[in-house]
Amino acid sequence: MKVFEIFPIGLMFATPIILAGLGGLFSERSGVVNIALEGIMMVGGFTAAALVVVLEPLTPAAPWIAFLAAAVAGLVFSLFHAVASVHLRADQIISGTALNILAGGLTVYLCQILFGQQRTRAFSVGLRKVTVPFLEDIPLVGPLFFSEIYPTFYLALFLVVITWIVVYRTVFGLRLRACGEHPEAAASMGIDVYRMRYLGVMLSGVLAGLAGGVMVLSQDIQYTLTSIHGTGFIALASLIFGKWNPWGVLGAATFFGFSQALSFYVNDISFLQSIPLEFFHAFPYVLTIVALLAFAGRYSGPRAAGRIYQR
Amino acid sequence: MTTGRRWMILSLSAVVLGFLAGAVIITLTGRSPGLMFAAMVKAFSGLDILRGSFNARYIGEFLIQMIPITLTGLSVGFAFRAGLFNIGAEGQLMMGALGGTMVALLVPAPPWLHLPLCLLGAMVGGGLWGLIPGWLKAWYNLHEVVVTIMLNYTALHLSNWALLHVVGTVDRVKTSPFPASALLKSEFLSSITRGSRLHWGLLIMVVCILVYWVVIEKTTLGFGLRATGHNKDAARFAGFPIAGYTMLTMAMSGAFAGLAGGAMALGTFGFGRVLPAFEGYGMDGIAVALVGGNTAWGIAASGALFGMLKAAQPLMQSQGVPREIAGIIQASIVLFVAMRYGIQLVIDRVSRIRQGGRNEGV
Repeated sequence: MKVFEIFPIGLMFATPIILAGLGGLFSERSGVVNIALEGIMMVGGFTAAALVVVLEPLTPAAPWIAFLAAAVAGLVFSLFHAVASVHLRADQIISGTALNILAGGLTVYLCQILFGQQRTRAFSVGLRKVTVPFLEDIPLVGPLFFSEIYPTFYLALFLVVITWIVVYRTVFGLRLRACGEHPEAAASMGIDVYRMRYLGVMLSGVLAGLAGGVMVLSQDIQYTLTSIHGTGFIALASLIFGKWNPWGVLGAATFFGFSQALSFYVNDISFLQSIPLEFFHAFPYVLTIVALLAFAGRYSGPRAAGRIYQR
Repeated sequence: MTTGRRWMILSLSAVVLGFLAGAVIITLTGRSPGLMFAAMVKAFSGLDILRGSFNARYIGEFLIQMIPITLTGLSVGFAFRAGLFNIGAEGQLMMGALGGTMVALLVPAPPWLHLPLCLLGAMVGGGLWGLIPGWLKAWYNLHEVVVTIMLNYTALHLSNWALLHVVGTVDRVKTSPFPASALLKSEFLSSITRGSRLHWGLLIMVVCILVYWVVIEKTTLGFGLRATGHNKDAARFAGFPIAGYTMLTMAMSGAFAGLAGGAMALGTFGFGRVLPAFEGYGMDGIAVALVGGNTAWGIAASGALFGMLKAAQPLMQSQGVPREIAGIIQASIVLFVAMRYGIQLVIDRVSRIRQGGRNEGV
């Protein structure tokens, strides 16, 4: 029976990682490294939590309005990174680092101003779980994927498909990838590299902002400084582990989600009891280094990611 | 303009703009920026300009804040000079604190030798943790940024595991107190700052600044590191052992951060701490190194600046200004330093207009 319990929880942990990982994919495919995913998630998480506190008594659609607002907030916040790294030729790592520090300060500052404490007020429900009628009755698959599950997981799956279509099956995607591989060649074909990179970073802002909102409303009861606790970096790890491909991101993020869920059940599973909890916490990060080692020497990642392009 | 002078102007502009951004945000949210600046003056000098009193204890508390971030600043700056980006000072600091803690609690030693061994433990802990990304970079060409980020989280969980299961804690949050022979505490420094917690970590910081300056500016090794940072291919062609330099640089960079962790554990706290999350000293170090232009004296100055900001936080909070404004200002300053190309454009335009005006005047 334990397997059935772990599944919804694993998918719950995986969802924000998938969303933010897809965000990182758009940004890096356009040639801009975005280590600010963590900070953008914080901004999205704060926005969603603060809004749900206010809207929850008024409308049952509160979480969905909050998600929309989180995506917009993420978009606006990511613009700093876009301007700095595209027009002002800032080092993308430094700009991303600055945004991560800024997000922590800004969100908690606003909590102090709005709620008079270092966290938002607690909301009562957040996002509700759903059970899909009929599909839940399918043997095996039903209890694993369709019963008592957060609907945002389906949204994330849908966005994986959309991302794959956009990146690999559209002109926009082709141009986006060209800017991340060889911006000079792209420019010589008449592509506006600056514009594509802006769009890449802005899409990463939308998705990471949404990811933050989803994470806080499904895994927390309020936004605090530690609500995101490194998930943006795990998303970055999923991007590397998934070889900058949407399906790869889905696989890696789900894997990391389940490894987190497993740590909740360690005490119930006899052969895992001897392994310390900290091992499960450190697992995704160690695994990322191992994955990098496995690809070492071979081509991996957009070639021009992190490189300043000058028009 | 020399590059050094240009950097100073750019850094100072970024600092001024950062404080300005902070003041604007405070004003927009209906608080008084004056109270923030008063808190900063008090934190830095001990002078309370609102009440007209003086208390030296604030200076001691400010220096305590300055010690770890100046050391992580040296850590990040040292790597920067060799063309490496060390985002891992946070994890190296934790492993340093762990190293110091383990020696303090588990290694029996005569009293005169105990403290030096603890500091060595801190250096080795941080240094080994820095050596990992250096080794992976040198031999497998893995990017140090991603590796150090991942190692930060690994260090957090590894050091917590070690503190809980190897060293042993009294209440799952902290270890038992260190023996007196392992402490950096100082009656003297405390008494001249009116009972502050100031400790001999101050001396470690000063020595490290000097070591940094000598190694980078005065030795062949430093020249090789700088040459590598400037142009890796040219340095390789000139016969410098790049792989060895990369590993050595990251190990030394980690040792600086490890000492920061050691100074905090052995001086400020006197026990090992199990942490729920990062405390941000690595990020602070990036800010300190960037604003300080990666020179020894620049890092010392910007370490003092950001140490002051940290020390002013509780004072601001008590004045009704949310303490997080310090983080916002710090991030803004880093962002403005990163945008130096934009600031440079403005400075160039201003000086051109001024020059034009002067020419017309003549």
